[in-house]
Amino acid sequence: MVEVLKGIAASDGIAIAKTYMLIEPDLTFTKTTVEDSAKEIQRVSDAVAKAKGELEQIRENAAISLGEEEAQVFDAHLMVLSDPDLIGTIESNIKDNQVNAESALQEATDTFIAIFEGMEDNPYMQERAADIKDVRKRVLAHLLGVKLPSPSTIDEEVIVVAHDLTPSDTAQLNRKYVKAFVTDVGGRTSHSAIMARSLEIPAIVGSKEITKRVVDGDEIIVDGLEGDVYIKPDVETIEVYTQKAEAFEAQKAEWDKLKEEVTVTSDGKHIELAANIGTPKDLDGVHNNGAEAVGLYRTEFLYMDSSDFPTEDDQYTAYKTVLESMGEKPVVVRTMDIGGDKELPYLDLPNEMNPFLGYRAIRISLNEADMFRTQLRALLRASVHGNLRIMFPMIATLGEFREAKAILMEEKGNLINEGIEVSDSIQVGIMIEIPAAAVIADKFAKEVDFFSIGTNDLIQYTMAADRMNERVSYLYQPYNPSILRLIKNVIDSAHKEGKWAGMCGEMAGDQTAVPLLLGLGLDEFSMSASSVLKTRSLMKTLDSTKMAELAEKAINDCDTADEVVALVEEYLK
Amino acid sequence: MEKREFHIVAETGIHARPATLLVQSASKYNSDINLEYKGKSVNLKSIMGVMSLGVGQGADVAITAEGADEAEAINGIEETMKKEGLSE
Repeated sequence: MVEVLKGIAASDGIAIAKTYMLIEPDLTFTKTTVEDSAKEIQRVSDAVAKAKGELEQIRENAAISLGEEEAQVFDAHLMVLSDPDLIGTIESNIKDNQVNAESALQEATDTFIAIFEGMEDNPYMQERAADIKDVRKRVLAHLLGVKLPSPSTIDEEVIVVAHDLTPSDTAQLNRKYVKAFVTDVGGRTSHSAIMARSLEIPAIVGSKEITKRVVDGDEIIVDGLEGDVYIKPDVETIEVYTQKAEAFEAQKAEWDKLKEEVTVTSDGKHIELAANIGTPKDLDGVHNNGAEAVGLYRTEFLYMDSSDFPTEDDQYTAYKTVLESMGEKPVVVRTMDIGGDKELPYLDLPNEMNPFLGYRAIRISLNEADMFRTQLRALLRASVHGNLRIMFPMIATLGEFREAKAILMEEKGNLINEGIEVSDSIQVGIMIEIPAAAVIADKFAKEVDFFSIGTNDLIQYTMAADRMNERVSYLYQPYNPSILRLIKNVIDSAHKEGKWAGMCGEMAGDQTAVPLLLGLGLDEFSMSASSVLKTRSLMKTLDSTKMAELAEKAINDCDTADEVVALVEEYLK
Repeated sequence: MEKREFHIVAETGIHARPATLLVQSASKYNSDINLEYKGKSVNLKSIMGVMSLGVGQGADVAITAEGADEAEAINGIEETMKKEGLSE
């Protein structure tokens, strides 16, 4: 019997490869007395030399795969390793106290870490403490003879196995060789899952114990369609999955043919299929998958990937790149959505009991006016380079929308007075993710140009169920009639005022939800780029009148989410 | 021994990129080079030493160089100081 581990299918596809464990090794050691100081000093200098060689290699790879700017962080690491004071302190620790290399290294670095961490008014220096810790880990690993994972040096096809993947872990991965991810924790909307879909590689998250079940170099199969991991599969299983992988590739090739087509239903209704992006780097995926628009540009990555507030010019450059690349096609840019589970090291946000119900997104923007104005000015300046739509996140009340729009208009006026050109056809809309806004969508529809429904948050707020909490994950029910009714109200309200309604949550690319949403009259569907062609292929088979009937029944006749799913299946037969 | 005094005008003081460049510049010379601030003296070839001083905007610091190439060293460092906008 081949061992199977079940997790959450987070990104489609099948991969068969050896594992690469992205896990911290055990770096514990004991302090000992050593007579032969010369030998210990030699051990330190050997370990430092090896660490340097490794870092130079990592730096080189990072420069190629991630760009020069991201690679510079390793320059700081190299400089710490070349520091004469640090090396001198380690050597004198060994000589004077007759301790082993490991503990001499630990003590010397501790001194500096304590100094830097103590500079509480200086976040930059506190980060340098993290650099020293990183470097210490690398040297210590060489002293102890254990392998430290360095994902940027991967040079063969692997499946990355980790407890969880942070944005900085994924940034270091060489995309050419990473065939899939499997993690212990996470759900469909966690960072690792979103990342896998944007890289278009299969992924399974929330497997609970993958890191305990495999070791580095074990062969595994990842079935991202079903959420199954096969550990050390036998020949027959590999054969079955090789065929399944080929069938999936063939299916994808079939979908690829739809790349240049517009999206129409079987009865000829045009639907706009858009893609969600986080950075200009994601544009390749948008074009490769034939998306008709960018339905959500998450600008918070500009803030999160930076050690200080991004300047107006930095932001302008990013927005301009995206707008120019899309040409005539619309680009919905969401103003920054920090807070909730997203933090900024340089913006001091208080710890809150309920961060998702707290100070986040537009609530921060309206309070930190300088930061908000900088972003709006960058957007307005970029507006002449394409078809810009600006969207405010987490709007709960009309007052918030009016205030945000007034600031936008004021900055527009300022720019025009400064002689800077600004587009006259920028649409301004809101994200509908708070039930309060969904309920009075008719009021909002009179003032906004569009709605985009953010289902991930709308569902968690409507169900009062934290989407990060696995114990209540059963309440994440996109097909629940309550959610469908809210969505219907939003779409109908928009149409009544001649506005459009889109959706930019995970639900927009969900193959069970798409028929329902089409039936409810949704105008624009924005999803992970990798889901666009699959959805276009599905749309071609759907009749919009019949789906309207399906949606009507789901809303009026079904009592539970399960009944809705059964009804959709019956209709698609 | 060469000694020169500098008034730091850079908004960030001596840290981040300017500190790195200053250390790189000092490391090119054989002389012993030190940075003195508020009665403390550190090796200017040590990035951690330099940063641990926490030299901010408006600080008055002194740099000393002692060795065969001390004159070149102090001139080279002064040039880096000015080029990076640390001092005027």
